Amino acid sequence: MLFTTSRFIFFLLGVILIYQLLPQKFRWIWLLISSYIFYCFSGIKHLIYITVTSFSTYLASIMLDRIQKEQASYLKENKESLSREERKAYKAAMKSRQRRWLVLCMLLNFGILAVLKYTDFMIANINGILGAAGSKRQLAFMNFVLPLGISFYTFQTMGYLIDVYREKYPAEKNPFKLALFTSFFPQLIQGPINRFDELKESLFAGRKLTINNVSFGTQRILWGFFKKLVIADRLLVAVSTIIHNTDEYQGVYVLVGMFFYAITLYADFTGGIDIAIGVAEIFGIPFRENFERPFFSKSIAEYWRRWHMSLSSWFRDYMFYPISVSKPMLDLSKFCRKHVGDWLGKRIPIYLASIIVWFTTGIWHGAAWNFVVWGLLNCLVILVSQECTPLYEKFHNRLKVGNSFWYRMFQVLRTFWLMSFLRTLDCYQNVGLTFRMYSTIFTRFNLMELFRGGLMKLGLTRYDYIVLVPAVCLLLLVSLTGRKGSVRKQLSAKPVMVRYLVYFAIFLAVLILGAYGVGYDSSQFIYSRF
Amino acid sequence: MDTILEILRGLHPDIDFESCDSLVDDKIIDSFDIVSIISDLNDEFDITIPAEEIVPENFNSAKAIYAMVERLMEE
Repeated sequence: MLFTTSRFIFFLLGVILIYQLLPQKFRWIWLLISSYIFYCFSGIKHLIYITVTSFSTYLASIMLDRIQKEQASYLKENKESLSREERKAYKAAMKSRQRRWLVLCMLLNFGILAVLKYTDFMIANINGILGAAGSKRQLAFMNFVLPLGISFYTFQTMGYLIDVYREKYPAEKNPFKLALFTSFFPQLIQGPINRFDELKESLFAGRKLTINNVSFGTQRILWGFFKKLVIADRLLVAVSTIIHNTDEYQGVYVLVGMFFYAITLYADFTGGIDIAIGVAEIFGIPFRENFERPFFSKSIAEYWRRWHMSLSSWFRDYMFYPISVSKPMLDLSKFCRKHVGDWLGKRIPIYLASIIVWFTTGIWHGAAWNFVVWGLLNCLVILVSQECTPLYEKFHNRLKVGNSFWYRMFQVLRTFWLMSFLRTLDCYQNVGLTFRMYSTIFTRFNLMELFRGGLMKLGLTRYDYIVLVPAVCLLLLVSLTGRKGSVRKQLSAKPVMVRYLVYFAIFLAVLILGAYGVGYDSSQFIYSRF
Repeated sequence: MDTILEILRGLHPDIDFESCDSLVDDKIIDSFDIVSIISDLNDEFDITIPAEEIVPENFNSAKAIYAMVERLMEE
């Protein structure tokens, strides 16, 4: 069931109504039932996967908790009799027991994700190798259907398990509460990837609906609809025209496609997240924010700290740090410092961990080489920028431009275009084709083509452009206003008349200007396929 | 403490690490800096800093880093 359908709106109204009627202690159970009903709409047989993930994570976390308690009680009882070395050895043995449960559970859950998501990718590669070697034998594809939200809920539950292993918080004792954390319906389509400690209190509290929460949540949902239906779904038509007719749309159209896709993806993804956060907010459950005006970033590294923050922080906390400060990595660093030099030795853990993380980020987004190349190119740009930092600083100091408005503007535009350039790999979904299209920017560039009716051939009418230009300007304005704090809080300080006029205008815009009907595909959020 | 300040100044010579207490919160040091600091601390103090110790509270100031190092040395 998609957020932008009337079925979802009726579903949500039903959930809210029953939630409010129920006694407080039963409300979280109702949220769990609702989440499973929501999940059933994507296919009842897929329930098995999310249930296995919930249950296995519950079991493993309870085992971790038990071992930790056993350790604490043993150390307390033998505080006087154990030497420092004995205590250390005991702790190491207990940590190893915990690690076994952690690894087992991670293997099971990441294994399910890997089999369902990457089997056909592996088969395609094996077939390619067989073909290149002259063999006529080809393996048949498995065509597994990916269960809704599997990439998101797997990462969320494994994050929880690692936190329990790290003793950040104790394991949840109620398996149904953990099932709700795993399956809470607003986060299933495209995240955000939440953290248990940030959610547990509000998720299980069954708080009464308040006017403030309902009003703020509805505003956020409305804004999400506006982004998705008025901007993203409309622009997607032009993007599809450009990327599916590569013989016709080359040169300047590739640049137009990059620009349009950047706005489409932003409006689509942030719109979906706005709806998810808004729905949760109605129930008084604060999801973590996933974006912080990413298109105002001055470097790619900064962009990734502000785009899809719940995923990038997941990779940082559960992958980048553990790999880069692991014993083998630090030993390798020491070895390199001794034999190759300080410069490389210090960088080895960072470089290797970054490459692994970005490879995984790429493959997380999709089982195809274009995503792997996209991830690794991001990594390359970030590492090169990191190495060039002293050079940039020298340049800034010499020309005294570091803090000037125009130079910052240049940095923002440079990052925007660099990211748009990399993102094109996601558009054409083929590495060779993408690079061929890049080359046409230089070989077949004709700016005037756009103004001789070119823009009107992309599937958008004059009316669409008349809607899009002010809508995108409004998006920009809201982002700029957001720099001074929450836009909704700023708006709530305005007189009642102004506030309601704004809400009504956005509601009307969604209703009248939303891209509905033939030629528009509001059926999917781009990130839901990841 | 002097060793820690020296490590930090090696990364960002222009920052006053003795008074700053929001190194992570204000994004003065990033994840690359943290890995570099940990690598140096491991060498200097012969300790192992596991990934679970990498939380803003432990890296927001030179004092916080010092407290973490002391705690890990005692364990």
